[in-house]
Amino acid sequence: MRSSLLGAMRAVFVRELLLFWRRRTEVANVLVFFVIVTTLFPLAVGPERLELAHIAPGVLWVAALLATTLSLTQLFIIDYTEGSLDQLLLSPYPLTALVFAKLAAHWVLTGLPLALLSPLLAVQMALPDKAMPTLVLSLLLGTPVLTLIGAIPAALTLGVRGGGVLVSLLVLPLYTPVLIFGAEAVAAAAGQEFAATAHLSLLAAFLVLALAFAPLACASALRVSLD
Amino acid sequence: MCIGFEGVARLIKFLHKYGAPKRFYATSGRFLPWFAAITVILFVSGLYLGLYWAPPDYQQGDAYRIMFVHVPNAWMSMMAYVALAAFAAAGYIWNIRLADMLAKATAPLGASFTLCALVTGSLWGKPMWGTWWVWDARLTSELVLFFLYVGYMALQASIEDPRRAAHASAIIAIVGVINVPIIHYSVYWWHTLHQPASITLTKQPTIYLTMLIPLIVMSFAFMFFYLTMLLVRVRNEILVREKDAEWVRNLVEKDA
Repeated sequence: MRSSLLGAMRAVFVRELLLFWRRRTEVANVLVFFVIVTTLFPLAVGPERLELAHIAPGVLWVAALLATTLSLTQLFIIDYTEGSLDQLLLSPYPLTALVFAKLAAHWVLTGLPLALLSPLLAVQMALPDKAMPTLVLSLLLGTPVLTLIGAIPAALTLGVRGGGVLVSLLVLPLYTPVLIFGAEAVAAAAGQEFAATAHLSLLAAFLVLALAFAPLACASALRVSLD
Repeated sequence: MCIGFEGVARLIKFLHKYGAPKRFYATSGRFLPWFAAITVILFVSGLYLGLYWAPPDYQQGDAYRIMFVHVPNAWMSMMAYVALAAFAAAGYIWNIRLADMLAKATAPLGASFTLCALVTGSLWGKPMWGTWWVWDARLTSELVLFFLYVGYMALQASIEDPRRAAHASAIIAIVGVINVPIIHYSVYWWHTLHQPASITLTKQPTIYLTMLIPLIVMSFAFMFFYLTMLLVRVRNEILVREKDAEWVRNLVEKDA
């Protein structure tokens, strides 16, 4: 039973990766959005390096957060319209586990590339080099939380008019703690006033909480939406 | 506090019995005038005590009197969110329609409390800090709370089917109420990091009894105001949802 549950989760995971690979432009769009939003800030604020370095942690984190929020609308909608989401609900395996696999695949295709791309944009934003590892690490810890929490509103707004804006409206207030600690970790590493470890530990704590509860809530949300 | 399974079962039975919309409409109709009267009495006496009876503050003069409106609003904004989540959870878990309606009716009230707390906080901030808005930890977490209310209402409004709307917004309310303490402490921590040792509105050294009494009276006034408005809104919601039922038709014809 156990191995077959893992098998089902793996099947969902692989299917998601394959589907995303076939629609790679969508994945690329999220990354391009991340790059463009970050580029807008020097244009708006001015190219002064000190000033840019000062706002870099916040800008990079907000941009990553908005890019993830944008990608959320795509999370379930295609499976919903073509009907394979109903199949997921009908399967004998716990929906929570299958949702978890789906979210893991989504993170691998959005959060992970965002985190890996971030040092490049950080150079553009004149972030000190010593803050780079913390930036990547904070995004690696933070973006899965964004995906996990964001999946709940994404599931709730399936088939609802104005779904995209509604998802942002619902999810952005919930993102505030992750944003605070993520951006603060990078700022701390850049300024060396405080150690970034405390912030990263708290981000890890959020991740553990989200891993434990979000797939469950997301599964309930899907059941409500497909009732 | 251990109720046990039997107790819970009895409670659910009780809720199903008195939670039937028709019965609730009749019962609440008898309570409503009393609640309204208590609200008016508490407001009149609370405002009298707060605006005339309480002495001016030795540092803030009369400006502090906005506290008697601001603090109860802030308390109610948080209490209403917990009530909202509790109603929503009860409606979602035990399928009690009345609880769904109570949650739906609470949301705009809670949002108004939050908005009033923000506006009065900003008005209080002008004489205290010299500016309308400071990223004070309490004000900031009130603002995020306001966004949570807005999101709940937006989701509720965008789903046509009342059952799905109730269940979907219940999930977002439960997720929200788990997040509220996390958001609150994150914002608090963020604030202390950026502005150490600034004056916060509620960290008074001591509060005198002559100021505490009006505050308590005003808090009860707002609580009864909430209960009164909640009943009014829920009764309205019941009539809208049961508009095809015979008892509603009889009621309307009798009034006409």
